[in-house]
Amino acid sequence: MKLILHVWRQKNSRDKGRMVRYEHPTVNEHMSFLEMLDVLNEALIAKGEDPIAFDHDCREGICGMCGFMINGKAHGGFKGTTVCQLHMRHFKDGDEIYLEPWRAKAFPVIKDLAVDRTAFDRIIAAGGYISAPTGSAPDGNAIPVPKQDADLAMDAAACIGCGACVAACPNAAAALFVSAKISHLSHLPQGQVERDRRALAMVQQMNVEGFANCTNIGECEAVCPKQIKLEVIARGNHDYIKAAFTERPAGEVLGAG
Amino acid sequence: MELISHSPTGPIENAWDKHKFELKLINPANKRKYNLIVVGSGLAGGAAAASLGELGYNVKCFCYQDSPRRAHSIAAQGGINAAKNYHNDGDSVYRLFYDTVKGGDFRAREANVYRLAQLSVNIIDQCVAQGVPFAREYGGLLDNRSFGGAQVSRTFYARGQTGQQLLLGAYQALERQVAAGSVTMYPRMDMLDLIVINGQARGIVTRSLYDGSMQVHMADAVILATGGYGNVFYLSTNAKGCNATAIWRAYKRGALFANPCYTQIHPTCIPVAGEYQSKLTLMSESLRNDGRIWVPKQGGDKRSPNQIPEAERDYYLERRYPSFGNLVPRDIASRAAKAECDAGRGVGETGLGVYLDFADCIKRLGKQKIAERYGNLFEMYERITGEDPYTVPMRIFPATHYTMGGLWVDYNLMSTIPGLFVLGEANFSDHGANRLGASALMQGLADGYFIIPYTIGDYLANAKPGKVTADAPEAKQAVANATAITKKLLNGNGTRSVDSFHRELGKMVWDYCGMGRNEAGLKKALTLIPALREDFWKNVRVLGANEEFNQSLERAGRVADFFELAELMCIDALDRKESCGGHFREEFQTPEGEALRDDDHYSYVAAWEYQGPNQSPLLNKEPLTFNYVHPSQRSYK
Repeated sequence: MKLILHVWRQKNSRDKGRMVRYEHPTVNEHMSFLEMLDVLNEALIAKGEDPIAFDHDCREGICGMCGFMINGKAHGGFKGTTVCQLHMRHFKDGDEIYLEPWRAKAFPVIKDLAVDRTAFDRIIAAGGYISAPTGSAPDGNAIPVPKQDADLAMDAAACIGCGACVAACPNAAAALFVSAKISHLSHLPQGQVERDRRALAMVQQMNVEGFANCTNIGECEAVCPKQIKLEVIARGNHDYIKAAFTERPAGEVLGAG
Repeated sequence: MELISHSPTGPIENAWDKHKFELKLINPANKRKYNLIVVGSGLAGGAAAASLGELGYNVKCFCYQDSPRRAHSIAAQGGINAAKNYHNDGDSVYRLFYDTVKGGDFRAREANVYRLAQLSVNIIDQCVAQGVPFAREYGGLLDNRSFGGAQVSRTFYARGQTGQQLLLGAYQALERQVAAGSVTMYPRMDMLDLIVINGQARGIVTRSLYDGSMQVHMADAVILATGGYGNVFYLSTNAKGCNATAIWRAYKRGALFANPCYTQIHPTCIPVAGEYQSKLTLMSESLRNDGRIWVPKQGGDKRSPNQIPEAERDYYLERRYPSFGNLVPRDIASRAAKAECDAGRGVGETGLGVYLDFADCIKRLGKQKIAERYGNLFEMYERITGEDPYTVPMRIFPATHYTMGGLWVDYNLMSTIPGLFVLGEANFSDHGANRLGASALMQGLADGYFIIPYTIGDYLANAKPGKVTADAPEAKQAVANATAITKKLLNGNGTRSVDSFHRELGKMVWDYCGMGRNEAGLKKALTLIPALREDFWKNVRVLGANEEFNQSLERAGRVADFFELAELMCIDALDRKESCGGHFREEFQTPEGEALRDDDHYSYVAAWEYQGPNQSPLLNKEPLTFNYVHPSQRSYK
């Protein structure tokens, strides 16, 4: 089939960028979306034109490296699908498709469709972990975890950190990403000790990075390739609000030092 | 060169404890005086960087992705082995050790494998403490499943995303150290050279993928945890960015490369659909727990699978290997599938595929139970192929998945260059000629969490590396070398894209050094590959400049190294005149078509030493001795 693509081209973070129209006459329905772009890039290289830059790695929907807007929807808006797992059989001959990078202040464009998502790493560094230094662990079965809790933790832990939730959100909020991690760890007994501190620190860092607030629109849930549920945000808010009331800054704790 | 493995002597059960006690320590206050480099942030690299940071070392960690959380360990689906024996089904450290040595077709170092089996137990504990949401039973205890090559259930899992969850555990531990200031993370960086001063690894040269800047990073020791080289085949289950550049350039600086011909072809991948195909997608081995593999008895049977009656199907693995059935090790399952397809009984449009059928287990357990176990895999299959595996059997075919070969390391995981340590898939050490399922995650984490933190201290305490700076002539020479390669790639005035060369190279390696190899084919490959390499340097077209985000340039450098590595694989495969594990020389097989080892002549690790451009590499041998698991014809019948 033949497609018309309009692709955001931006040489680097300082460039203003613009949409460029490409005709793509050799699309096969079994190709993945990224393979379709590979073929276009090969044609561009043959013509001596700069190929389109886009991030990708595993191409099986788990690394979270790929992602851009297809016709205004993150990853194309197909249920539970990253762009690398989206196949061209969902499109038809003659379709016009618009491709743009994630748009968010906290995700500056590097080139074309590739953006910088290191803000997510800094949010995790702020508190998205359980402090368990290597070698200090008790036996894996020492603390039973109810199956339901383990399952709910796993539902939230499935987040791949691709940033679609931010890109889809009219506020460019990172609530789904942040709450998925809070939710994952707070469903487990091992995560209780640092539960309050974690919620406060991650939300604080989220604000520092320039992500806006959540207003419960739900676009994030609709596009999440791992189908993380909006419920995690409720849990994230619960943990955050509770911690804001009860957690005292470290300096106020008696006996510190 | 004499290869000294530093394997401890005495009873194997106590060897690691004894060895650990003999290793020198560095006192906590002195650790912060040492700078360490970790290249790669997967299970091995991420775990190492986090653990070394916790100990107090100054660590710099590098990855080519935009975040350490994306390393390809994340794609491992099925699980991680551990000899916990939680299920009272006869498992033990010794049995895991035994299964792994046997599964590796008696080409691994016993002492390493025993240690790996011992540490498997600690890994599960560590990961649970970090919050890895392993599957649980209703009583709240950890659940297990079975994997190929074993008759016990020892595989721990987190749905079909075990690698992801283990990696996120390591990544979160790593980010905790980043926040603490003990680890500095450098994402979107390629390591382009190793800096060796006075025979010791003292730093690396990196190229920033953001802007092309070349940087020198000096250290007291360098750890490579950069994964395997499966992308030499172009089509593989690896991520697109996986590459061998770090280990290859270390090889060219003097680190020996061991057993490059040991590559693993995974039996259950989604078959190739067309010429544009960019990678292959694995369907977890865990599916073989419940799925049954078959082909039509009659070649060329074009009926849809559900119309082929039971009597006209050949469940060839169950027929040929009654005691292990569909759970035979990967090399055996892959070769059996190839044999069926070669005989014309393959299925699908291309005839390169066999069925993996879930009808029986869905009948037995119900669709819901199967969805619980494999739901995400079934969805993935349907997304890619457009077919529903709940109603139509999956079509699968073998694909390159893992490389057992890698840089040679001793028991301390140190290469032949002092101060250069190699962890995880990047080294050669634990899986012999074939890796069993759910063992790669185990090895990566054992190396990163529990081995390197001990052995690196001993090296630093003994070697006492002095101060060096980025002004050292060796560092300048390494930068010049990396810059020259990049320039040469950009200055070419060719017409062909990097990918077109990579695809052609991959097909050559697959045809002549893939699932089956023979002398004539390997000799042919050894003329074809260098010719194509020469053509690559003349005719490759890399657009753009160095000083920008240039993905073609990144790929070009990696493919250039794959050309050289492909040649070494063929040289090694030609030299090893026996069949073992994933290395199947067609001239050497039993009457039933199984791999025929030659222990009298080839019970050694082949460690290749670089001799300069266009020179044949030099073969060094580390003899293998087996005091516990005695080599026998591997039988899974």
